[in-house]
Amino acid sequence: MIRAFSLAIALTLGTAGLVRAEIEIQEVTSPGGIDAWLVEDHSIPFTALEIRFEGGTGLDDPDRLGAVNLMTGLLEEGAGEMDARAFQAAREDLAASFSFDVGADTLSVSARMLTENREAAVDLLRAALVEPRFDPVATERVRGQVLSILAQEAQNPRRIAGRAFYEAAFGDHPYGRPDNGTPESVAALTREDLVAAHQAALTRDGVHVGAVGDITPEELGQLLDELLGDLPESGPELPGHVDFGLEGGIEVIDYPSPQSVAMFGQPGLKRDDEDFFAAYVLNHILGGGGFESRLMTEVREKRGLTYGVGTDLVPLENAEFWVGSLASANDRVGEAIEVIRAEWDRIARDGVTQEELDAAKTFLTGEYPLRFDGNGPIADILVGMQVTGLPPEYVTERNALIEAVTLEEINRVAAERVEPDRLHFVVVGRPEGLAQDAAAGPEVVLPRVLLPAE
Amino acid sequence: MLRRLALAAPLILALPAVAQEAAPAADDAVTTYTLDNGLELVVIEDHRAPVVTQMLWYRVGSADEPQGATGAAHFLEHLLFKATDDLAAGEFSATVAANGGSDNAFTSTDYTAYFQRVAADRLPLMMAMEAERMNDLRLTDADIETERQVIVEERNQRTESNPGALAREQMNAAQYLNHPYGAPVIGWMHEIEELGHDEVRAVYDAYYAPGNATLVVAGDVEPAAVLALAEEHYGAMPAEEGLPERARPQEPPQRAARRLSYEDPRVSQPYLLRGYLAPERDSGDQREAAALTVLAEILGGSSFTSVLAEELVFEREIALNAGAGYDGMSLDDTTFTLSVLPKPGTGLDEAEEALDAALAAFLEAGPTEEQMDRVRTRLRAAEIYARDSVEGLARRYGAALSQGLTVEDVAEWPELLQSVTAEEVVEAGRALFDPDRSVTMTVTPEEEASR
Repeated sequence: MIRAFSLAIALTLGTAGLVRAEIEIQEVTSPGGIDAWLVEDHSIPFTALEIRFEGGTGLDDPDRLGAVNLMTGLLEEGAGEMDARAFQAAREDLAASFSFDVGADTLSVSARMLTENREAAVDLLRAALVEPRFDPVATERVRGQVLSILAQEAQNPRRIAGRAFYEAAFGDHPYGRPDNGTPESVAALTREDLVAAHQAALTRDGVHVGAVGDITPEELGQLLDELLGDLPESGPELPGHVDFGLEGGIEVIDYPSPQSVAMFGQPGLKRDDEDFFAAYVLNHILGGGGFESRLMTEVREKRGLTYGVGTDLVPLENAEFWVGSLASANDRVGEAIEVIRAEWDRIARDGVTQEELDAAKTFLTGEYPLRFDGNGPIADILVGMQVTGLPPEYVTERNALIEAVTLEEINRVAAERVEPDRLHFVVVGRPEGLAQDAAAGPEVVLPRVLLPAE
Repeated sequence: MLRRLALAAPLILALPAVAQEAAPAADDAVTTYTLDNGLELVVIEDHRAPVVTQMLWYRVGSADEPQGATGAAHFLEHLLFKATDDLAAGEFSATVAANGGSDNAFTSTDYTAYFQRVAADRLPLMMAMEAERMNDLRLTDADIETERQVIVEERNQRTESNPGALAREQMNAAQYLNHPYGAPVIGWMHEIEELGHDEVRAVYDAYYAPGNATLVVAGDVEPAAVLALAEEHYGAMPAEEGLPERARPQEPPQRAARRLSYEDPRVSQPYLLRGYLAPERDSGDQREAAALTVLAEILGGSSFTSVLAEELVFEREIALNAGAGYDGMSLDDTTFTLSVLPKPGTGLDEAEEALDAALAAFLEAGPTEEQMDRVRTRLRAAEIYARDSVEGLARRYGAALSQGLTVEDVAEWPELLQSVTAEEVVEAGRALFDPDRSVTMTVTPEEEASR
């Protein structure tokens, strides 16, 4: 039986609130008990499917770093009766598009399939998810590609900064480890490691699905069982919470480049923290809002010290932090960092103005509905909400949560949660006149492998 | 999962955001008009979401800059976010943001485009502001100086810090001896440092005019209503006489193979690039470009089933990646490029020989019907998927109309691609792959210098 629960959702758009977009999110449970969210739209003959498995590279055995990443790369490299080329030829003949990616918290599968041959495309994707072959020849080829990327990332200042930042912030927790592995660990991975990673990372109890496009709830229900019904029910326990472990200071990693790259950050807020929305708006004003943010105004527009500077409030599954990045010439990065520190200080001390708060609310509430434009983007939003644990109603309530933030509240949160003394910078390059603080702790040696930082 | 190396050059943006390139064409709900002052208007309807994108495309890019002033068109693009008669510096973007929208701009060799994405009912305000900055820019020396520093940092970030980008820049300079496509869109650093009010103003005065622009409005709009709004906001601007003709210096025949070796300690693994000058899509005459597009797809469009992947990656097992690229959207002659990333332990010499052998064998045997069918399926499906992004369609039309093509050319392109024959693919390849007209570049870390 298909249990399709419909919820009509009206998104209020723009400041005047005159224009309304309606999308209808249906909660679908397959006959086999797999849940998904669906938005039907029959105007273009294809379906976008976004699937997330909880766990991601966080499931890597510390002695087998990079196993989940290499396994993910091999999902499209042969399955069932087909070797890699036969699999890809079959996919291309159906004009279906599959992509597989893995991050610190989730393994994601994105698929687009034409209505005219959807059943065959689902069969093919099922084979990739349930029966990957891990053929030796494909494994060696993809291993070579991963090693090539690791070598490239070891020369990329952004990656070097990100890796050092996360390693120092999270230590032995999976977030602190190189999630694509090291050249040594990747070279040592065996077929058994890949099979174990597959069994652990693709399980039914941690799966979330968003579907948008030319498909009915009944059709989606059948699709879910065919696609995911044969996966293992459950996998190993997921990693636990970790505190952001960096204290304030500056550390410098020498790298020959005309420009220095800096990553900076401090502790953040959990997604379900009652102050989260105030902090989210605050971040927009400080460094999240493109040209309009204080940091862009002060560092780029007024002083021309950078092409881009920005901040983000990051609530991961198991850690929360404020993070920013900047690139600036070696002889100017010191000044740029001084300006950022001064802005961190100013917003903690003086808060924001009513005008800034109003402008931020107008932007954030106006911009939100603009994200729902296209099957692919909507499917991505649906699955992201499920991973975060938000209900479908959130899309109608979200703007009210932004509107409810008061000046008093946001300035209290600025005073309590913005911590200039804990703002930590990792600078990669040959910065001039930038003293490494004593507080920075032991110098980080150049890491060989790096976490996704951006 | 990022396993493939990106070897293609992106457009230059005012903000560090990533531009989505449109997939090839579809039949769209497209309506076109031309205002009395020459402004072309393209309306693309998509009523799925109450959103609209306005894009104003000027037919001026880096290849239209005077000699010695590379980067002027891109510099000007940055300055259009500064003051005008009625808007303070920064007020344009602040107003877009205050209306819940986002905006940006980008410059290429052939065009400069500005866009905003907002709720559909905000279109009149966007038009009023965009029209304002077409003629009423107020350039100040202070704004120019500050923005120059921003652009220097942009070049540092995009190019100087990126050995792949530096290599492509050198490759491009070697490809074009005489045509301004040989210079980078962002400009050479020593010329960016010398650009001033006069160079930037010259581009603005000569090219920013209604008769030199295409306005694309895409999203939840009705064509007649958009036309009325465009008449109101842009229609009153006078037509400008004497718009410069876009006649750039053309390439002489290439009579000798060109070879470069770029060494940089920041390169992690050696690779090989090969380029050939190739004809672009011309209005009413797109057939050879269509054949070249299919050729690039067959040689390098898939990491698994393309000719180069099959031969170099799977059969001979000497490469991690092998690709081919061709984009026919260009005002003047464009390039067809090939790339090989050898496996560690395989020399670049061997990789190059294998590449040439694979090309020769392909031209000898021609594509199989299976290969042709697979590419046709891929291109046809790309059209269906492309309809999911109205912004992508807007870019497709804006770019085409800024590069000498018409709406009709865009509309017939998908069918043209489907009609390309195996014989035409071979013919296009034979005309293209002449060793005397090749440019070959090796990119290596210092210590491994090319052999």
